[in-house]
This record gives sequence, C-alpha cells and structure tokens, in this order.
Amino acid sequence: MTAAIDTLPPVAPGLPRLLPIHGDRSPATLADHLDRHGPVPPLPAAALLDALEAAGLTGRGGAAFPVHRKWRAVASGAGPRVVVANGAEGEPASAKDKTLLATAPHLTLDGLALAARAVGADRAYLYLHRHPQLIPLVRAALDERRRAGVDPVAVELVTAPPRFIAGEESAVASRVSGDHALPRYKPPRVFEAGVRGLPTLVQNVETLAHVALVARYGAEWFRSVGPAEQPGSMLFTVSGAVAAPGVTEAAVGTTVRALVVAAGGSTGTPQAVLLGGYHGTWAPVDQVWDLPLTNATLRPRGWAVGAGVVAILPAGVCGLVEAARVVRYLADESAGQCGPCAFGLPSIAEAMAALARPGRRGRDTAATKRWAALVERRGACHHPDGTVRFVRSSLEVFADELRRHDKGSCSATSHRPVLPVPVTAGDVGQWR
Amino acid sequence: MTTRLVVDPIACDGRGTCAELLPELVSLDDWGFPVIDGDDVPEALVGPARRAVAACPLLALRLTPA
Repeated sequence: MTAAIDTLPPVAPGLPRLLPIHGDRSPATLADHLDRHGPVPPLPAAALLDALEAAGLTGRGGAAFPVHRKWRAVASGAGPRVVVANGAEGEPASAKDKTLLATAPHLTLDGLALAARAVGADRAYLYLHRHPQLIPLVRAALDERRRAGVDPVAVELVTAPPRFIAGEESAVASRVSGDHALPRYKPPRVFEAGVRGLPTLVQNVETLAHVALVARYGAEWFRSVGPAEQPGSMLFTVSGAVAAPGVTEAAVGTTVRALVVAAGGSTGTPQAVLLGGYHGTWAPVDQVWDLPLTNATLRPRGWAVGAGVVAILPAGVCGLVEAARVVRYLADESAGQCGPCAFGLPSIAEAMAALARPGRRGRDTAATKRWAALVERRGACHHPDGTVRFVRSSLEVFADELRRHDKGSCSATSHRPVLPVPVTAGDVGQWR
Repeated sequence: MTTRLVVDPIACDGRGTCAELLPELVSLDDWGFPVIDGDDVPEALVGPARRAVAACPLLALRLTPA
C-alpha cells in the first residue's frame, strides 16, 4: 500500500529556497509554510550548532560572519540569553529583508525559535522598521504562531526608528532594551552584553530563514548550491537601470549579468555597479559583469557582496552626482554621538557636492581624501568607515568624470536621480 | 604589561585636555577631537598617560591592556 500523499516528507527545495517557487509574493500562511516545508524538527541545541557549522552558513546581514560561531559565543555567555531577529533594513537600496518578511515570515520565525533553543534564550524579539504594510503582516504571522503554540519562547515585536543605522547590532540591543536605537561603545560586544546587559544574539532575518531550512534538510543540502567557501543561496536586491528592479534569490557566486537578466534586463548601457549598499563599493561594469559574486572573488579587488545590493548605474548619469547624494544622506544619518563622524561626514559631504559640480571653484579632492582618512575607525560604530569606503570607491571609479569636472564639463546626459535616497529626519530625527 | 590609549568617542566631547597633557600621543583633528597614537604606550609615557586619563572631564580616555 502506498503512503498517502500528505504523509510524504517535504521535498528538499532547489532554487528558490526562501522565496515562493512560483513568484507569487503574497504572504505564506502558517498552513502554507507547513505544507511546503513541514514542521521544525526538534533538534537538540548541539545537533543544530553542529549542522550550522557543517553547513558553513554565514550571516546574510552584510558581514558574512559564521553563524555557528556567533551562536556558540552567545550560548557560552553568563546569565539569561536573548535572541533578536534583525529585520531593520535601513539600507535604502535593499529590499530583501522586507520582501522575505512579507512573503515567508515563518521561515525567519522558525529560525528565531531554533536560535532561542540553541543558545538557551528565554526572550525573543523581532525588530523591524515601522512599515505600514509590513507590520500587520508580521503581526498576523505572530498571531498564527501564538494560536498554534509553535514557539516555546513568545516573540515580542519591537519597532525601529526610520534611520540608516537603526539595524547596527548595538543600536538594536539598545532599542530592544527600551532605549534609543543608538550604537554603543564596544567593548562589550552584544554577544557578551546586549539587551539589558545580557548575552544577546542579533541575527539578520534572512540568515534565520536559512537556519530554518538547514534544520530540516541538513548541511549537505545547504551546501548543494554556491561555492564551497561561501555556500548556499542569498537574496539580492537589483535596482537602478534595469527593467524590473526587485529582489531575487540566487546561488552565492551568481553574476551581475545573471541578476540583471532576472531583473528584466538593462535599460540603457551599464556604466558601473554598486555592490553591497551605501557602505559598499562601485565596480566598473566591464570588470564585474561576469565575475562570480563571492567574497573570495570580490575581496581581492576591494569589493564585497555585503547584503546583496546590486545597483546598476547607466552611462549618461554622473557617478559623482549620485555619489554626492548618497554621501549627503549618510552624513545626515550620523547618530551624532562621535565627533569625527558628526563633524567629519558633513565636511566630506560638502566636499563631494563641490566635486560633483563641474568647474574649478571650491573643488578639493585632496581635502576630501584627507578627511576620509581622518574619520576612519574613530567612531563607536562602522558608519564612518562604511561611508569612507563608499567615498574612496566613488573617487576611484569615477576618476575620469572627476577629470572632466576639473575641466568644467560632465558626461551626464540625464540628471534624473538613480539611487534611492530617502528624505532624512535630520538632526531633529527620532531615535526610538 | 603593554598598554594602549583609547578614547570612548561617544563620551568624548572634544574638550582637548588629553592633547594638552599628552601631546606625544594625542593630537586634535580639524574639529577638536583627539587622534590617538594607536601603538603601545612607551614605558616613559605610562605615567603621563595615566595622568591624562585621570584628567579627562568626561572619563572618556582609557588605558587598556594591549
């Protein structure tokens, strides 16, 4: 007698793993989720930690730190532990976390429950910005789970202020503790003392979704896509000069060419590609187009995959103007806590704005570079460092444009902004 | 024991006492905030470094084991 269809175990997924198979982006209910993936296996903590180590899963929040090491560090902390799913995607050019939470929240929430168990936490939080469409969806998912009794540790929703750095891990811990979403001085790092001084795991929502699948399908399955040194799939946000900007899931090691195809193809001739986000770097299109997007390939060139932002700058748009817009935003998004960042970033932003204007008056590349070197590594968080990385990359990749501007001309044929830059609350902004 | 001089950039508000007391290791940037030599504090400067740490009105300056 053959087994009934509904008792067969779920088939281990190919691609996509996280996003819906048929491109339907409506939210998966708990029932849909269980149909597709089955229940979370009750893996003991040690078994899950070993599986994450064997899988080689690294964080998908940008830093690509090995997940099992972070979990083990928190688990060995003294006192009660806390886990936080970090969905505060403050990066304007990234939409992957929002998309994931809007379509497959139960993957992240399964991962959060697994994390709570693995590190021995008795408090769990989901942290995200106050998106009017997303919050009700997430609350609905949490309500479903509460009614079904699937989470031993109840998950509390904590909202983040609309700031770029609200997702920085010590800012997360501060906000979840009830304070402002402002970064703290380190040491201690949050894995030692985070929320209310307790050992805290802050993990990106996409990373937790991958955890939920490793727990079900195992390390070998996880490693079946992507390169050996950075296995698995990841979510990319493709934007800029493409026909259908959006979030796509692909194997780590995919190419810009493939991602642009997935995003409906180029509109216009690509000039440069922004990799990683506004703390990332530009890559000239001819150098990056067919390069496998893995850190092993990118880092020797001074680039990184980061949180999967791939923004295509077309020819005919001035790269320096775009860069200046982003740097102005980054300066406005300083927490204002540390002198070098609070004063240095606006100076750099002013200098970048001057460089973006063709003609000789007030343009000082040397001053820009000197200030960049001056603010680096002198803040409590990496906001100034990331800004400096972006500034240096812009000056390098758009060096030809800089020379044209020095002579009073510019290659731009379009002045329509390409990169998304939100209007910032500025120095009267809220931090809760 | 080797030590390094570090500043808590959040606590610091650019008063400049440290640069005045310890110019060998601390200079001020364009905006009045301390730029600290990040290497090990030489033996001969450990005493002056301790005095600078004690003199910071915001307790922002610290000596940490290297």
